[in-house]
Amino acid sequence: MSAAIAGLGITEMGKVYGRTASDFAGDALALALDDAGLQAGDVDGLLINGNQSAEMTPALQFSLGLTDLTLVNVMSAFGSTAGTMLQYAAYAIATGQASVVACLYADAPLREGGSISQSGYNGRRFDAPGMAGLRFAYGDYGPANSGYAMALRRHMHLFGTDHEQLGTIAVGQRAWAQMNPHAQMRKAMSMDDYHASRWVVEPLHLFDCCLVSNGGVAVIVTSAQRARDLRQPPVHLRGFGQCAPGDTGRGDRDPGIHTGATTAGAMALRQAGIELADVDVLELYDCYTYTVLVTLEDYGYCAKGEGGDFVADGKLGPGGALPCNTGGGQLSSYYMWGFTPLSEGVIQARGQAGERQLDKHDHVLVSGNGGVLTFHSTTILSPHEGGA
Amino acid sequence: MSASIATSAKPVPVPDESSAPFFDGALADTLMLRRCRACNTFMSPIAGIGAPVRSRCVACFSGDVEWAPSSGRAALYSFVIMHQLYDEAFAADIPYNLAVVETEEGVRLTSQVTGCPHESLRIGMPLEVVFERVSGTVAIPKFRPAP
Repeated sequence: MSAAIAGLGITEMGKVYGRTASDFAGDALALALDDAGLQAGDVDGLLINGNQSAEMTPALQFSLGLTDLTLVNVMSAFGSTAGTMLQYAAYAIATGQASVVACLYADAPLREGGSISQSGYNGRRFDAPGMAGLRFAYGDYGPANSGYAMALRRHMHLFGTDHEQLGTIAVGQRAWAQMNPHAQMRKAMSMDDYHASRWVVEPLHLFDCCLVSNGGVAVIVTSAQRARDLRQPPVHLRGFGQCAPGDTGRGDRDPGIHTGATTAGAMALRQAGIELADVDVLELYDCYTYTVLVTLEDYGYCAKGEGGDFVADGKLGPGGALPCNTGGGQLSSYYMWGFTPLSEGVIQARGQAGERQLDKHDHVLVSGNGGVLTFHSTTILSPHEGGA
Repeated sequence: MSASIATSAKPVPVPDESSAPFFDGALADTLMLRRCRACNTFMSPIAGIGAPVRSRCVACFSGDVEWAPSSGRAALYSFVIMHQLYDEAFAADIPYNLAVVETEEGVRLTSQVTGCPHESLRIGMPLEVVFERVSGTVAIPKFRPAP
């Protein structure tokens, strides 16, 4: 028995005000149910992506008015959570514990008139006693920028990775976003624009960093059999992987250089019964350009350290040999953590991506990344149900 | 390190019972780290943003972990230059560096390099700890190029 995605809902994204995270969750679920041809009363499983919003608790069930659920959880593996939610949904469906599982991501970190650095992502904790307050004394704010910038600097030092290479990722994804009606950023970006974008935490330019978005995404998982009876072409969940290599804070490992993508990618491909070369579409978690680069290395597209050279010819962008983040990703479309690559992966797998649709979409790889490159999930999607 | 007049005060750590040995050590010019009594492995005081003081050895899983003085010598593992203004208190410091240093004991710490221009920061450069008073009662460790 296998599971498939039968419904997808994507709200308006970005500087959308006057709606709470719970509102966006309900909006996304309503869109997904309509997409699938289901009713709220059909939902018997609710999985919620735990994020920086205080509203993402099990009590969201009550805000949504859902009743008689036999699967409920707020899940967190940080940014890699989306893939793990699909895993849990699939396992519950396989055992018969649930039959229609709604997987939700929603947030509203942006306040009207505020900036990202003053949003829910500024990381300032006003009461941070003891060791927790030490980082603020150095001016180390924000939940992630400095950690990723440190990893990128290290990669540049070890392997000569440079901004000419990183820029191709940003520019390519902006070109994909221009073809995506859901995308927040659709103004053309040239390499000059990329280089000229201000430093945030050097070596990260503004255009190396993902967006922050208000909005919500919902995905509905059912059995493959049920999905076949519903409105959309089923998107089968063919393989899963997860890996968290850890971070001991000691010098024996480089967590920002060697991620869990190596193990999780191999695991998911094996489960799907395919090789890396069989992947037609890549939707890679891209909180930063660097995240895409290091993930490609760890999946085995190139050797460790060669990610810069690998992307430098623009192969990830429209018309390139390895289409990646075909909706613009978190860099240019919207930031819904792992639901960003997942949502685009579903659209591509269904053949519904319009102008940006890839002709070959038999196997779509969706990655999830969390912490500072410390939590990884991989999911293989396909319009084909495949073997066992 | 230039003396700047900030428009508002920078955050000052508030030592508590769990972190007192670290901050007492800082006032006595000693970089206190966590150390396992079972296998002598040194560790960072906390595992990450917002985490509590470590109580479990990352090498042997023993719960017999204590505060111990470290040499204060380190090498620069990585660094970044902060250009983003998150807090008015740092307006005069921008751009400033943040650094991950790797101590002689094998511990990675997030801190700051002081006493040299950003242009001279080199991954691998030898460093030594210095303690900077941030209030009448609190000092924090930073690192400067070692001779």
